[in-house]
Amino acid sequence: MHALYSQYRNQILFGLMAGLLILVAVIQSPSVALTILNLCLISAIMSLGVNIQWGYAGLFNVGVMGFAALGGLAGVLVSMPPVSEAWQAGGFGILLGLLITVGTVVACLMAWSSIKHLTRYRYWIIAGIIVVGYTLLRLFFDPGVDAIEAIDPSVTGYLGGLGLPIVVAWPVGALFAAGVAFVIGKIALGLRSDYLAIATLGISEIIIFFIKNEEWLTRGVKNVNGLPRPVPYEIDLQQAQWFQEWALALGLPVDDASAMFVKICYALLFIAVIGVLLWFSETALKSPWGRMMRAIRDNETAAAAMGKDVTWQHLRVFILGSAVIGLAGAMLTTLDGQFTPVGYNPLRFTFLIWVMVIIGGSGNNWGAVLGGFFIWFFWIEAEPIGLWLIETLTAGMDPQSAIRAHLLEGAAHMRLMTVGLILLLTLRYAPEGLIPEKKRL
Amino acid sequence: MVDVLNALTVLGNFLIIPGLTYGSQLALGALGVTLVYGVLRFSNFAHGETMAFGAMITILVTWGLQAAGISIQPLPTALLAIPVGIAVTVLLTLLIDRFVYRYHRERKANPVIFLIVSIGVMFFMGGLIRFMIGPGDQIFFDGTRFILKAREFKQMTGLDEGLSLRMTQAVTIITAVIIVAAMFWFLNHTRTGKSMRAYSDNENLALLSGINPDRVVMITWILVAALATIAGTLYGLDKSFKPFVYMQLLLPIFASAIVGGVGNPVGAIAGGYVIAFSELILTFAYKKIILYLGPETLELDSLVQILGTDYKIAVSFIILVIVLIIKPTGLFSGKTI
Repeated sequence: MHALYSQYRNQILFGLMAGLLILVAVIQSPSVALTILNLCLISAIMSLGVNIQWGYAGLFNVGVMGFAALGGLAGVLVSMPPVSEAWQAGGFGILLGLLITVGTVVACLMAWSSIKHLTRYRYWIIAGIIVVGYTLLRLFFDPGVDAIEAIDPSVTGYLGGLGLPIVVAWPVGALFAAGVAFVIGKIALGLRSDYLAIATLGISEIIIFFIKNEEWLTRGVKNVNGLPRPVPYEIDLQQAQWFQEWALALGLPVDDASAMFVKICYALLFIAVIGVLLWFSETALKSPWGRMMRAIRDNETAAAAMGKDVTWQHLRVFILGSAVIGLAGAMLTTLDGQFTPVGYNPLRFTFLIWVMVIIGGSGNNWGAVLGGFFIWFFWIEAEPIGLWLIETLTAGMDPQSAIRAHLLEGAAHMRLMTVGLILLLTLRYAPEGLIPEKKRL
Repeated sequence: MVDVLNALTVLGNFLIIPGLTYGSQLALGALGVTLVYGVLRFSNFAHGETMAFGAMITILVTWGLQAAGISIQPLPTALLAIPVGIAVTVLLTLLIDRFVYRYHRERKANPVIFLIVSIGVMFFMGGLIRFMIGPGDQIFFDGTRFILKAREFKQMTGLDEGLSLRMTQAVTIITAVIIVAAMFWFLNHTRTGKSMRAYSDNENLALLSGINPDRVVMITWILVAALATIAGTLYGLDKSFKPFVYMQLLLPIFASAIVGGVGNPVGAIAGGYVIAFSELILTFAYKKIILYLGPETLELDSLVQILGTDYKIAVSFIILVIVLIIKPTGLFSGKTI
């Protein structure tokens, strides 16, 4: 029995997952099941990204939220139509500001490398350059920002995007995340594991702060709505002759059929992406490069002694993983059709993804995907299950009782507790996760 | 001369008093993080939730006391409820240690594993808190609101600017001073405190000299739970209690602990004030000060802020990142208590 399980473990577990989704389709509705499936797919991609960093290389990145938000930002900057009045009003100030920023950074880097002998004054000189650069920046940047934010603030009030198809935003989101990951990796990867965790957590909060407050770029807390879609709109489908006939043939109301058709389109797109990513990840893991990464993860000193450049490899794998997370972030914004910076909180976008990786099985790509599916499923379904459980348990109580009301109200928060418990139990009884990393002898 | 006094009053009212209050709250939180790091050797991501849990129990007891008509006017009733909050939080942390951390400790797990375990604990406690009290805002402050009102200060001194001192600010600062003093006395002058320091400094040597590790761990958790409850309650009294806010407080607290040097209690306290004052100094509007101190004809359009007020919390993250990169050991570079 046990041997049979370990031989067909992947098939059994993924079959179980499919069964759960079908169960939701039957009990709740197919539409709910499809919504969960789509978010499961995106979660799976995010956990693939974290798995590349943690499972392959042992890097503890707790800044997932920041990279996902950068991907989302790419969605806005690529797909929204440009606001030409805003460009005319403040474009010059913004561009000048960017130039000053780049100039300051370059000046800092040059100063840093050319005054090595003045160790004591180095920090003060750098601080001086930053102060001058920052003052200049504020002088030219602020009027531009004010001008942009003044233009029709309830509708635009920002620079807009490039007006390209939103699918272009997916690789661009990955690039954004990769670029930021390069900078973060350069400065933070030398830190000890738990300091790296705290540093990345801090940096991801800074990214969110930036996105929330720089309204000229992102509209901040005012959100960007109505991002274009890569798939047809329900309303067009409902009016199309062929779709009406098709829905009739299936015996479904046209409204429901169109909503489901759109979700299925998204699901197919996402499955294609996840397929490509999985193929790449698996190939990479089997390649000499994957072998080297494992060697570095398991014993950095030995790998360095064999002539492997540990720092450079860490940086590479950090960038790769972050790019995958950025891609998933862009896909999420596409699916939502809007960019809501307030929605990014570390519990949902960082720690939950980590739970997925740990429970799925760190170091195993299929495990990360399965973990993404399972945990997202429970994150969504814990609420109805908890409600049902408490309603059943308290059925004998007086319907007006305050305790029962309180319990029912609290059921929504059961999922936090459940996820915490699942994580703690996994770490104790199955630290390798649902699908453990392959033993290579 | 009057101008200088006015400027000083503005500084005192909007920078020094709030800074001392917020700094005290951060310092107490950071002290807890540092103790866990010094003795148990991991970064405890569940500390924010521990603070929220302690504050929650205190609130529940406060409501009970208020319903029973018990109060200690003019002080807030919550002060009376804190001991119960501490007791329950101690019980919870000890249970969590017994059933969660101890297993990994016995296996000598990697610090990163402990960190992930503490994330699990964070989820669990967060759920427990929201289940018991809900995710909303709770205000549980009672008693006299102001010790010194701005208007009274103006009448007293004849200055144009007012200085006000809220009850919660005074209570926070005074409690923090008492707790910190007691804490250092305990660590430096009692046998148990000394054994904790020895264990933190060199585990093997401490074990050799007959120090009971289980006891050290237990005392640590008791102290951590007490500190967390006090810090959480003081923060809740001063601002308001909202479970989500305590999770956001985790980063400034880590920042304080790291800026001061993780594992070093003096550093934790210094770090708390450094973080609090940097946040305020960088986002303070200096307009009034400059108007008072500058020439009479001076006119200013802007508020003269270095960073927008929106970036207040971000300041602590930025300091955290800079310190981690330039001097990861912190100001008081220490690894032991």
